[in-house]
Amino acid sequence: MTNHYIDFRNADVILNMGSNVCENHPVSYKWIKAAQDRGAIFIHVDPRFTRTSTKADVYVRLRSGTDIAFLGGMIKYILDNNLYDEFYVKNYTNASFIVNPKYGFDDGLFSGYDQNKRTYDTSTWALEKDESGIPKRDMTLQDPRCVFQLLKKHYSRYTLEKVSQITGTPAKDLEKVYKVYGSTGAPGKAGTELYAMGWTQHTVGVQNIRAMSIIQMLLGNMGIAGGGVNALRGESNVQGSTDQALLYHIIPGYLPAPRAQWATLADYNKTTPSSKNPRSVNWWKNRPKYIASLLKAYYGDNATKENDFGYAWLPKLDPTQDASWLNLFDEMYKGVFSGFLSWGMNPACSGANANKVRQALAKLDWMVNVNVFDSETGSFWQGPGMNPKKIKTEVFQLPCAAFMEKEGSISNSGRWMQWRYKAIDPPGEAKPDGDIIYELFKEIRALYEKEKGIFPDPILNLKWDYETDGHFDVHKVAKEINGYFLEDIVEHPVDKKAYKKGTLVPSFVYLLDDGRTSSGNWIYAASYTEAGNMAARRKKADPTGLGLYPEWGWAWPVNRRIIYNRASVDLEGNPRDPKRPLLKWDMEAKKWLGDVPDGPAPPMGTNGVYPFIMKPDGVASVFGPGLKDGPFPEHYEPLECPVERNLMSSQRINPAIKIYAGDLDKFATCDPKYPLVCSTYRVTEHWQTGVLTRWLPWLIEAEPQMFCEMSYELAELKGIKNGEPVVVETQRGSVEAVAIVTRRLKPFQIADQTVHQIGIPWHFGWRWPESKNFSRGGDSANLLTPTVGDPNTMIPESKAFMANVRKVGRKARR
Amino acid sequence: MKISRRSFIKMSGAAAAGIGLSQLGFDLSPIESYAAELRIKNAKETTHVCCYCSVGCGQISHVSDGKLINFEGDPDHPINEGALCAKGAASYQIAVNENRLKKVRYRAPYSAKWKEVSWEWALDKIARNIKKSRDASFMEKNAEGKVVNRTNDIASVGSAALDNEECWLYSKFLRSLGLIYIEHQARI
Repeated sequence: MTNHYIDFRNADVILNMGSNVCENHPVSYKWIKAAQDRGAIFIHVDPRFTRTSTKADVYVRLRSGTDIAFLGGMIKYILDNNLYDEFYVKNYTNASFIVNPKYGFDDGLFSGYDQNKRTYDTSTWALEKDESGIPKRDMTLQDPRCVFQLLKKHYSRYTLEKVSQITGTPAKDLEKVYKVYGSTGAPGKAGTELYAMGWTQHTVGVQNIRAMSIIQMLLGNMGIAGGGVNALRGESNVQGSTDQALLYHIIPGYLPAPRAQWATLADYNKTTPSSKNPRSVNWWKNRPKYIASLLKAYYGDNATKENDFGYAWLPKLDPTQDASWLNLFDEMYKGVFSGFLSWGMNPACSGANANKVRQALAKLDWMVNVNVFDSETGSFWQGPGMNPKKIKTEVFQLPCAAFMEKEGSISNSGRWMQWRYKAIDPPGEAKPDGDIIYELFKEIRALYEKEKGIFPDPILNLKWDYETDGHFDVHKVAKEINGYFLEDIVEHPVDKKAYKKGTLVPSFVYLLDDGRTSSGNWIYAASYTEAGNMAARRKKADPTGLGLYPEWGWAWPVNRRIIYNRASVDLEGNPRDPKRPLLKWDMEAKKWLGDVPDGPAPPMGTNGVYPFIMKPDGVASVFGPGLKDGPFPEHYEPLECPVERNLMSSQRINPAIKIYAGDLDKFATCDPKYPLVCSTYRVTEHWQTGVLTRWLPWLIEAEPQMFCEMSYELAELKGIKNGEPVVVETQRGSVEAVAIVTRRLKPFQIADQTVHQIGIPWHFGWRWPESKNFSRGGDSANLLTPTVGDPNTMIPESKAFMANVRKVGRKARR
Repeated sequence: MKISRRSFIKMSGAAAAGIGLSQLGFDLSPIESYAAELRIKNAKETTHVCCYCSVGCGQISHVSDGKLINFEGDPDHPINEGALCAKGAASYQIAVNENRLKKVRYRAPYSAKWKEVSWEWALDKIARNIKKSRDASFMEKNAEGKVVNRTNDIASVGSAALDNEECWLYSKFLRSLGLIYIEHQARI
């Protein structure tokens, strides 16, 4: 999130599109309600009428997978009706920048497309620069090659009529939402967007969010109280686990994972973002300090200047290798891996095309599964269709502590890092995950010490001293993540002050690239300092009155509660919204008041620094040349869709997605056997694959089994009655469910055809409650979902795929 | 007069000092609160943050004689102000649940059942498996002859269910072994 949960209360218009906030992040509705009580308008856009819709002032439906059409229409409406914030657009975004003359867009394809490789050569999407390497601008926004004019041209095609034909949303409903949300472009108005997997789980996931970001930039809603583009993330610490880089493509603090072409630390540092513009802070220029400090936290005294701080010990990806989830399980299915660690996860239910995942697990030699309860993954070898006698995979199941049985911190979606404490011991022999990881590594290291082995250097040189009295000590890791001064520093280059060896760094500003500092994750530097454990703070002072609570827990980076906050002020540093002053420049004291600013530099003025300090150009990107599928979002149909052609162009699907072609990677488009659009979702009483909810008697009683929601119209067509057992099936699998016939879903009129949509929750699995027949729990919705992902993130398309539903006992139409 | 449970508890302490309970009027909730207070009297209070969605609601637990006896929303927490959803309110049953995994279990190749084993045995065998897979597959250079120092033979998924410190430690652990197939919930 750019903002945080309590900040919802500061908005004038709240758009919830791409999530069902009231059911899936229930307590956060408290702050939406607080805004509504103040007169704010709450809009819900969703294929299904949910409890969120009941709380919304405006509810509008759209067909799954058509969000870019919907939002593209809003961009056009904002531009046509001059609703945009001109000052913001000119000064704080790249709308005035001039684009390379070779850039083009024609009939669904951007310039540089290679049909054979299904990829773009993005070089023509570059911004044009002057002799000194600074992007050219036209502050009048009139140049036909400036971003603003290209934006106008691109979205001129997104007329109300065409958008309505694609989305199935009546034109008057579109207009209503566009008008209300567009009203936040006025000075002193704030609009916020809340999304979740309803936007990410598409083959155009990133571009869904980009489209909204463009709207927020046009309306001046980024970096302000009550604004932002806010991801309601799905797990209590998925923000933290991402920050700590449990993903193939990054190492802690969003540093790129090393690749083979960067053989040395110097090569790696050559990729540091640079800017020729003296007005751009380009904070990422500091990256060499963060990688050096990370390597010191990894290898301690064994990391020296002479050995590149141990950079060679880190594993390297091949130059363009993508080792993300879908590819990982594709490789596993092909039998590439002998070993697999499934730590606090249940991929047998959470992975798209779960049949393929389950088959893949059977191809391993060994698997380690760590969890609080048993799962469909730990017990995959005794699941439906499996014959244990034929499965060689050795399985180790390690019982771990639940959250109230250990101590540590988690980071919520608002980047609030909060410490939680241990109340009781874990049951039986269960141990905290930290203890298990810590002890397991010691075992491995002992083996390498005793028996030698291949390339033992990274193992033998690893700094692994996080124990007190022979036990894992989480505080030692928390401090390592923050970072230390490793030598006495007589006069620090930043503030000319002296710092003692062994003391904790006050923030990442003090990190150095010469090995004199460590920090396990630079964005968490300042979280655990000589002043104490910041995440454990519980003071409720609210000096701005905006609900920032700067002394409750801690927020990365450097306790900044709303990021990009320099965009909330005018050129002189005065709040542009006097009712919600997030930052203000104190002329006399020469300092910022309010939130922790995005850097201490004085206001932009006419010669000062630009507000978006993490962007190399210093401004927000209306034109985004860094993505794989285009600098502007464009509507494409989902890989599996109900329409023969995309009404926007000749490209039916996103031209940059990877198409898997294995024997289990089957897809169906406009196939009469699978005529229904299907979407997966959650219910309030369950969470994720259900491992932490299905085993809880109170929750399984409330939501006991798999169901399928469908409209009255569809139920009548299929001869299905409410409460009857049905089978939902796709090209990839089938699940049994109880039919819920409801007015919450209605058929869509898509151009000249009627499209029905159904919906299923994804919390269930065969392991528990035991499902000898459908009346028990049922199985995972992911048995149905396709192996296909967004080209940028590779997040699977679980929100729009084609299915059929039939009564149990009635044979599939073949 | 509107009284929260906490303020009631504070007030009922004051009542002993002579402030009349008549101030409470006819609201029955203080009586219920009083009953709840008896249950958690002398219990150890600990603060938590909910493990489910990412709102980050505060929770408090009460432990008496080593047993968890109460779990509820933290009224002092600025985000949830004491409220919890159905899942957060059910957190108690994560801890007090007969179906929790309590023993290390092992399923041998081609076996149809679990066997209980010791931590020592399991960690030793897992460490040996990791070493064997790693050493058999370790790639110092890729096809182009570039140094890559990695294993293509082991993959990991997990976990957003871990604390920050555990995530960081796990990330360090995996990368020290040379894994590149490192993924988790954030990707799906």
